[in-house]
Amino acid sequence: MSAETMLALDTECHLFIPGCGFEAPGLHSFVFEPLFTIGGYEFNKPMLLALVSTVIIVAFFWAAFGRAKVVPGKLQMIGEAGYDFVRRGLVYDALGKKEGEKFVPFMVALFFFVWIMNLWSIIPVAQFPVTSVIAFPMGLALVVYITWLVLTFKRQGFVGGLKNLTGYDKSLGWVLPLIMFLELLQHLIIRPFTHAVRLFANMFAGHMLILMFTVASWYLLNGIGIAYAGVSFVMTIVMTAFELFIQAIQAYIFVLLACNYIQGALAEHH
Amino acid sequence: MSALVNMAAEVPENPLVPPIPELVIGLVAFFIVFGFLAKKLLPNVNKVLDERREKIEGGIEKAEAAQAEAQQVLEDYRSQLADARHEAARLRQEAQEQGATLIAEMRAEGQRQREEIIAAGHAQIEADRKQAAQSLRQDVGKLATELAGKLVGESLEDHARQSRTIDRFLDELEAKAASDPTKAEAGR
Repeated sequence: MSAETMLALDTECHLFIPGCGFEAPGLHSFVFEPLFTIGGYEFNKPMLLALVSTVIIVAFFWAAFGRAKVVPGKLQMIGEAGYDFVRRGLVYDALGKKEGEKFVPFMVALFFFVWIMNLWSIIPVAQFPVTSVIAFPMGLALVVYITWLVLTFKRQGFVGGLKNLTGYDKSLGWVLPLIMFLELLQHLIIRPFTHAVRLFANMFAGHMLILMFTVASWYLLNGIGIAYAGVSFVMTIVMTAFELFIQAIQAYIFVLLACNYIQGALAEHH
Repeated sequence: MSALVNMAAEVPENPLVPPIPELVIGLVAFFIVFGFLAKKLLPNVNKVLDERREKIEGGIEKAEAAQAEAQQVLEDYRSQLADARHEAARLRQEAQEQGATLIAEMRAEGQRQREEIIAAGHAQIEADRKQAAQSLRQDVGKLATELAGKLVGESLEDHARQSRTIDRFLDELEAKAASDPTKAEAGR
């Protein structure tokens, strides 16, 4: 399956050619024909990219840390820089060194997994951010959510955990029930939802923009339209560079939020 | 081509509803990464990082020890220098004192010798004076009697009377000298 068919783009269709029109990218751009089917379950491109991400990350860290030396090689140095970035910049910052140490592997894995999955957006041939399919960010957010929920009750006990979830505070007086309801809603439903959707929507929108300008560049490539196509192509380049930035930022934010949620579970009262 | 588009469009996909297979694959992929990192790779690198830190700390400790030793040596050297300075000052002081006493002693010795010499001179002078006076007394007596004899024309042979006269005269002279010591001193 070629990129053109995925984008549902007629390669012969240009501006001023009668009988065909501009096929704007939309939701259908995020739906893929299955590559193959196993036992009734379809295996599509995002799944493949997710698995390739896994292979890449594990391979990289294996190469970097597999035979770690006291005097690091280049690859180990890069790996350590990435590891330290998440460890010190995110986990220690939010949770402290003592509490945070336990969560370092989880957060490191989370950061690099999300980042690489985002990165597919601008990798030639792949050109699709895996995280723009809701299932992937939602799965990760779910893992964080369960971790947070279990940790809350384990740390605070049943009553303390409930207090944490509801933001129980006697001094609030008569608004307390309302606050409790809102806090509960916020903690149990809204927060995990936004956690996943923030990443998903950013990647979705970014991909849509790049796709839009790419498809437009091709479509406009006829007659006077070539000038517009040039502008559109420049925008494609700009958006690609911008996406590179957004991908890292979103991975960072995803992990930062995960750290903050865990911190809330560990804290006596948030 | 358009059939594909239609097919895709026909599937009413809500982008916020996760298909289960993708969810599962995503989780599996993540947990593979997590498993490798948590079980093998990060402990691996942590060990190395700890080792490195220990080595660096060891190096720092060594450097600190060396620095402490250098400091110790410097202090020793300084105290030795101060001791030496003290010693030198003490020696100088002693020498000065010794010199002063030596000078004083020599001065006293000189004084004493001067005094001795002066005293000896005085004694000598006194002896000479006495001797001179003695001979003078005899000569004056003799000359006086001779002169008197010539003047009077009679020889004052009578020795006893002669002596008495001379003695009286001389006594008078001496008494006069004693009553006017400044004159006697100047005369000396």
